[in-house]
Formats: sequence, structure tokens, C-alpha cells
Amino acid sequence: MLYRESGQFKTSYAADQQLFPILQDRAAVLALLAFALVGVPLVATDYWFTAILMPFLVFSLATLGLNILTGYAGQLSLGTAAFMAVGAVAAYNFQLRVPGIPILVSFMLGGLSAAAVGVLFGLPSLRIKGFYLAVATLAAQFFIPWLLVKVSWFSNHSASGVITAQPVVIAGFAFDTPVRKYLLVLVIVAVMALAAKNMVRSRVGRAWMAVRDMDVAASVIGIRIMQTKLIAFAVSSFYCGVAGALYAFAYLGSVEPDGFNLDLSFRILFMVIIGGVGSILGSFLGAAFITLLPILLEVILTDVTAMTGIALPPGFISMAQLVVFGALIIFFLIVEPHGLARLWQIGKEKLRLWPFPH
Amino acid sequence: MNFFFEVLIGGLLAGVMYSLVALGFVLIYKASGVFNFAQGAMVFLAALTFVGLQEKFGLPLWGAFPLTLGVMVLLGIGIERVVLRPLVNQPQITLFMATIGLAFFLEGIAQIVWGTDVRRLDLGLQDEPIESIMTNFNLLVSKFDLAAAFVAGVLVAVLAVFFNKTRIGRALRAVADDHQAALAVGIPLKQIWAIVWSVAGFVALVAGLLWGARNGVQFALTFVALKALPVLILGGFESVLGAIVGGLIVGASEKLAEVYLPALMSEFLLKHYDISINLAGIEGWFAYMLALVFLLVRPEGLFGERHIDRV
Repeated sequence: MLYRESGQFKTSYAADQQLFPILQDRAAVLALLAFALVGVPLVATDYWFTAILMPFLVFSLATLGLNILTGYAGQLSLGTAAFMAVGAVAAYNFQLRVPGIPILVSFMLGGLSAAAVGVLFGLPSLRIKGFYLAVATLAAQFFIPWLLVKVSWFSNHSASGVITAQPVVIAGFAFDTPVRKYLLVLVIVAVMALAAKNMVRSRVGRAWMAVRDMDVAASVIGIRIMQTKLIAFAVSSFYCGVAGALYAFAYLGSVEPDGFNLDLSFRILFMVIIGGVGSILGSFLGAAFITLLPILLEVILTDVTAMTGIALPPGFISMAQLVVFGALIIFFLIVEPHGLARLWQIGKEKLRLWPFPH
Repeated sequence: MNFFFEVLIGGLLAGVMYSLVALGFVLIYKASGVFNFAQGAMVFLAALTFVGLQEKFGLPLWGAFPLTLGVMVLLGIGIERVVLRPLVNQPQITLFMATIGLAFFLEGIAQIVWGTDVRRLDLGLQDEPIESIMTNFNLLVSKFDLAAAFVAGVLVAVLAVFFNKTRIGRALRAVADDHQAALAVGIPLKQIWAIVWSVAGFVALVAGLLWGARNGVQFALTFVALKALPVLILGGFESVLGAIVGGLIVGASEKLAEVYLPALMSEFLLKHYDISINLAGIEGWFAYMLALVFLLVRPEGLFGERHIDRV
């Protein structure tokens, strides 16, 4: 009854082409944004900001990046964390070496550097696909952090390549408390997510999907495969690079290249699979799920030990995490290959008919 | 020059170990078209189970081996039943991602059951140089490595016979060529998959024992197993021979690169650009870069089949 698009007539091209054509969707997105901007800072504690909301937003952005590449353009990548590392280190170096550069420009340039590296490692995708490509991106995953540690210029000659991010100041306003950092990241993520949502339905986005579904057929209808794939790598790496910069500057403060390891790449891949391959909304759902799951698991397991008095062996929680992650991936691939985003879609269908399903 | 040969032989013998892991990948890929990312986790699980059984129940080598093999066979059947069967006819990439999930699952389970400590695994073979070669040729060749190479050789021979001469082996090859045609002539697909995963479990056990005896049974084993991926790219995904040759190339070139390249590159950079950096640790990524370059030149690998995509 509440969620029904019948009676919403589009009378102009602008109305027909808008991002959220259904009034209720528009209202929901605006309400959500307003809540995140105003409501959350009022109610959330510092723990929520630093331990849950920040990683959620940063990983959402990285997941968005990987989803563009894997979900929309169909190129599997296991090197996401490496591109994040490039973004973080590049942003740090632009801040360090270019006097007076605005921090947002540094983030942008960090993203662009990651995009350049992404294109470089995306070149093999012109000849290979599937898991062959996955192995090629593994090369990036192992090579880039190594290079960032070994060439100490990147980290301004600090020990083991650790970079300590400069304070985030925009136009004299310091983003130094968790709330302020959260708001900054929120705005950046929201803008980039809307841009991505727009992009995937544009000519470029449709070309990505055509290549994903069948590359030979796509080339027959006049899509330039090479250009399309490389744009996908560039855009995806740009998103990952910005995510990496935010990871360093807003979330952790100081990072080392070795922190951007294969585990992080896998974690982001899991977010894509569980959230929904080829879905913008899914990127957020997946990131939220994977960020919350370990915390939830820990709470449950501590409760269980407290209640039963059985002492768990050390490291049990992280092992249990591995098992649950693995099982969930298999479960989702078998039961719901389109992830949480698909569940939301089913929910919407139901909502349309509610409360008179027949 | 002696030093060069020592490094080369050391690399080749390390390559044999990579080949052993790669062999498991090839088996499963040949028979089911699944790229099994979990092979590394299976190697780890097998080694850990073996050591765990030995420690907990004081079993001798010959007692723990069949028991562990039993566990791996059960695991293979379980994987076929729970993971593969519901995913029949899905795109390869989905199956690949499912095996990534499987890898995480197995790594977690193995460590929950047997603990996270690094274990020593003693097969009764010493990692010491062979004296006769040492005195005659002045070369250091480890007894252990040589034994590992011998085991790998035997394993390949056994698998070759199994694939070419037995009824099940022929069925496996038929399934590898064409699932539907194999089904049409009455080959039980599900049974074949269970068998192939069990055989891969056996190969994983052998690889796990050798790696474990060499480096200790620890989580890092799963990373060693990742090295099998570039090995496969070099050798080709469908070829047992390719796994062996690819492993040897990767092992040798990686060791040689690690020993010679950093010094050369550092010297060059210092001389021409006045930059002084220490480039050690090339071993970590060299194999992947080699594979990357190789992919650009010959995507199907040295011994792989060239695929022609039809619209």
C-alpha cells in the first residue's frame, strides 16, 4: 500500500531519467542520508564511530570499487588491497611533498595514482579472463606492498614503511574528532556512491555489463573491449585508491603497506559476494554485514563462555570467524548468488503487494 | 660456478614441492573444470591432521597415514556432496569463489580442531647434505630434497598409470573432455567427482607431509600453496607434465632471482641514479610476475590446450 509506483506518471524526460524514479525510493534515500548526517552523530558513541561506522564506510567504498570491476565488468580481481595501498601512500606523499595542497585534492590524486596502477595491472585482462586474471592481480597484491616497503622514499624513510597520515584540515577546519571524520567520510562516500550509481546505467556502465555477459557479442555490436575493460580497471582502482586514502587518513591514522595484505583483498571480495555481485546497494549491505559479523561473533562467543564457563582456546574467535566467513560464502553462492541485495529486492516485491498479496 | 649450481639445484628441488601442490590443482581442474583454490587449505589440513593424530594418540607414521588419508577421502566426498553438487552448471568463476570460501572454512576448522601452534613433523629424513656428492662434486644437495623429488616422481608415475590404464582413470579423462558426453555413455559423474577430490586429497596429504617436514606445519603452508597458481599458469592448467615442469621453472628461477637480482639491481640503481635500496625479498612476488608476463605471451601455458571460444 505504501510502496507502490502506480499513479506516478512521468511527464518529462528529466523525470524519466532520474536516479531513483520511484517517489518512495527517493524519500527513503533522502531520509537515510539525513539520518546518517544528523541523527547518527546525535546518538552514536565514539566506539560506534571508530569501530563500526568508519570501517563500514571505508570498506563500502572499496567494495563499490571491486563491485564495479567484478560485478559490472566481470573481471575478477584479488588485488584490491594493493590498490588501496597505492591510494593511501600516494595521498600521503602528495600531502607531504606538495606544499599547501588541499587534502581533498590529495585524496583525488591518490585515487588517480591507484587508477594508473590499476590500468597497468589490468592490461593482461585484454588477453585473459576468469581466474587467469585473478592470478595476474595476485601479482599486484604481492608486488605493490613489497615495493612500498622496500623503496623507503614512499614512506618518507620511516621504519618498515609505516606512514602516519597528516591531520585532515579543510579550509582551516580540522576534522580531528571521530564525529567530524565520520561526517567527512560519509559525504565523500555518498557522493562517490551516487556517481557510481549514475555511471553503471550510463553508456560506460552498459558497455561493462555487455562485456561481462559475453565479450565476443559485445565486440560484435561495436563495443571496444580494450577501452571498456581498462576504464573498468581505472574507475575501480580509483574508488579503491580513495578508499585506501580514507582508510589511512580518517580511519586508522597510521598504516603500513603490509597491512594491505591478501586477507584484506579477500575480505572485500567477500563483501561483494555476500552483498550482491553487480549491485551498488549490495556493496553497502555486504560491507555492513562483514564489518558487523566479527563483532557479533565475539559478543556471542564471550556470552557463551560466560554462561557455560567453558574457556575457549586462544585464537578461537578468529578461527571461528574464518569458518563462518567460508561457510557463508558457500551458502550465499549456492542459495542466493545475488546476495543480500537480492533479498532486499524480494522484500520490495512483497512490499508492493502488502497488505493484499492477492 | 659451484654456488650457481647449488642455488639452481636447491631451486629445482623446491620447485618439486610446488609441483606436488600444483598436481592437486591439475587433477581437479582436469576432471571437473573447477579451479580449486582450497588445495592449499587441503595441504594444510592434511599435514595438521597427520601431526595431530600422531601427537594425540601416539600413532606411528604408518598408522597416522591411512587415518589421515581416510579423513581426506571423507572430506573429498563431503565437498562433492555439499559444495559442488548444488553448483553444477554455474559459471566457472562462481565455483572458483566457492572454493575460496571452502579454503577459509578448512583453514578455520583445521586450527580449531588441532590448535594454532607451529608443529614439527618428523618423517625420519634428515635435511642434511649427501656426503658422496659433497666430496666428489663439491655441491650441497639435501637428502631430504632428493627424497621429495623421488616421491614426486613416483606420484606422477602412479597418477599417469591411473589415468591411462585403469577404468576409473579413463572415465576421469572422459569427464574432463565433456561432461555431457560422459554422462550420455553412462559414466557416473558424481561418483567420479568424489573420486577425483579424494585423489586430490591424497596428493595434498603427500605434499603436506613433505612441506610440513621441511618448514614445520604452520599456517604459512597455505601461502606456499598459493605459489602453485603461477606454476599452473606456466605449465598449463590441464597438464600433469605441465605442473611438474612449471614447478621446476618457478622454483629454479625464483631462487636464482632471489640470490642474484637484488644485488645486481641495487648496484645498477646506485651507480646510475645514486639510489641505495635493499631489494631482498623478491621471492615473495617473483613467481607471480613471471606468470603475469607469461600470460601476455602464451596464455594457455606451456602444455595447456589452446581453447577456441565460439560465439
